[in-house]
Parts: sequence; C-alpha cells; structure tokens
Amino acid sequence: MLLRATLTALILLWAGAVLAQGAVAPAAPAVAAAAVDPELEARVLKISAGLRCLVCQNQTIADSNADLAVDLRNQVREMLVRGQSPQQINDYMTARYGDFVLYKPPVRSSTALLWYGPAVLLVLAVLILVWIIRRRTKLPADRFEPDPDGN
Amino acid sequence: MKSLRFLIPIALFGVLVWFLFRGLSLNPREVPSPLIGKPAPAFTLPRLDDPQKTMQREDFAGKPWVMNVWASWCAPCREEHPLVIDLARRVKVPVVGLNYKDRPGDARNWLERLGNPYAATLIDFDGKVGIDFGVYGVPETFVIDAQGIVRYKHVGPLTPQVLREKIEPLLKQLGALG
Repeated sequence: MLLRATLTALILLWAGAVLAQGAVAPAAPAVAAAAVDPELEARVLKISAGLRCLVCQNQTIADSNADLAVDLRNQVREMLVRGQSPQQINDYMTARYGDFVLYKPPVRSSTALLWYGPAVLLVLAVLILVWIIRRRTKLPADRFEPDPDGN
Repeated sequence: MKSLRFLIPIALFGVLVWFLFRGLSLNPREVPSPLIGKPAPAFTLPRLDDPQKTMQREDFAGKPWVMNVWASWCAPCREEHPLVIDLARRVKVPVVGLNYKDRPGDARNWLERLGNPYAATLIDFDGKVGIDFGVYGVPETFVIDAQGIVRYKHVGPLTPQVLREKIEPLLKQLGALG
C-alpha cells in the first residue's frame, strides 16, 4: 500500500516536472515578443512566414534565426509600422531578392508549368484511365481470368 | 507495335533520371539577382578610413566600378582576398569595399593585416544597404557599369575561374581592364 502511494507520488512528480519543462522553455521567447505589441508581431510573423530565408533556404524568415532573417523580420516590422501593405512588403523583397523569396510564386508564363502542371497531369491520368476502362468493357468475357469465387 | 510497349516505362524512367541528374549539377545557392540590368540602389555611407566623411552612389558615377561585400568575421572573405588584391591591381577602375555588419575596428585591423585593395571601403553597419543590394551571403561581388547599372553579381568567394570567365571579360567589354 505504502509502496503504491510512493510510486504514484513519484510518477506524478515526474510528470509534473516534464510538463513544466515543456511548457516553460518554448514560451519564454514568445512572451518577450508579445510584450511589444502582440497584434503587430502576429502580422510580422504572418508576412515573414511567406518569405524564404536565403541563408537557410528551406526555412522561412519567420522560422529562421539566421542574422539576415532577423534583419528582414525587423525590416518587415518597420514597414508595417510605417503603414505599408503586405503587398508592398512582398514587392520590396522581390525587388531585392527575386521571386525566389516568395514561398508562393506569382503566376506568369515561366511558372505556368509549376502552377498548372499537376492539374494537367491529373486530367491526363483520368483520360487514360477512362480510355482503359472503356476498352476493357468492350472485351469479351473469355479474355479475363475467371473470378476465384466462381461468379 | 505491341512488343515495343515495354519501352514506354523505360523511356519515362530515362527522362526522370535525366531531370534528377540535371538537378545534381544545379546550385540552389545561386539565386538569380533581380538587380542585374537595373540601376544600383542609392546609398550614403560613412568611409571606413574616415567615418566623418560619407560617400554615395553618385560619387562612383561616370565609370564602371566593382563592389566587393566583405566582413572581418567572414572566413571565405579571407580566402578570396588575395584575388581581390590581384584584381584591384589589374583593373583601371575602383574596387570598392562594402564592409557588411562589421565592427569598424575589426575591419581596419583586417585590412591592415591582409592588405587593402579598396579604393574606398564603406561601412554598412546595420546591413541596410546590403539588403538593398540583395546581399544574402558574404562575400558578394558586383560589377556596375558607367551608367550605374548592375551588370553582374557573384555570390560567395571569388575564384580564379569566375574572374577569368565572367568578371574579366565583362570588365574588358566595359573598357575597365588594361
């Protein structure tokens, strides 16, 4: 009985410690940023999440802590404070770093394959599937293997 | 006809291999600069040798110039430095240093130790001008023509090959190489 109570207490303690650790560690920077202006920070983060960090290319500048990413986040924040629109900020970034900084590339002739390629492939696949099925429905029954359950 | 159908997947596989193989030889770090063919961004920056004095884009107008972005904390900059010294010695136009996000004291020591090939070094302390030039990996080297148009940009340390195949032919074409 005593053993069980001790064990339960230990488990609870351990779980408490793990939870506390997990909750406190990542929350700290968020608290620091939120202290400034949570609404502005949210907008900075939203725009930053659509911009590629050129130093660490598979991250957005919202995720990255590379020096340049921090500078560019500050730039986004400054421009928002000056009252510029997300579109203006994206234009500012592409004027300097090219379309490559946008995680959502603009639709134009050079990116048409990227945007419409998958849809074209899908349509093509469906057409081929329909063609195969139609051809098979016209085949006589003896061209198929008999069903194992005898139907 | 029917007997040759087995070739279709093999051909598709071949196309796939070709694309993947091409992908191996592409360098994703080489991001084409949207600045090529456009006027160099305007700037006004203090000089490293005399921070009281500033220089601006217009000071370099009228003849081609080369801008080399560097910092004392950047190891590849040290690696390419002998090539910059050599280039500055051979060209008839200014090679300008843009000291990117560096401590001016460190930068001065660095030049003293390794040699100073720059006609002028400008301090971009907070990296704002670097952002305007689309700098994302120091060192970077720009070639700007007499009209102030950015003609070429190289990201990463200069190599003898880049100088020989890209920068020197361009400078020759601009009449900047003796």
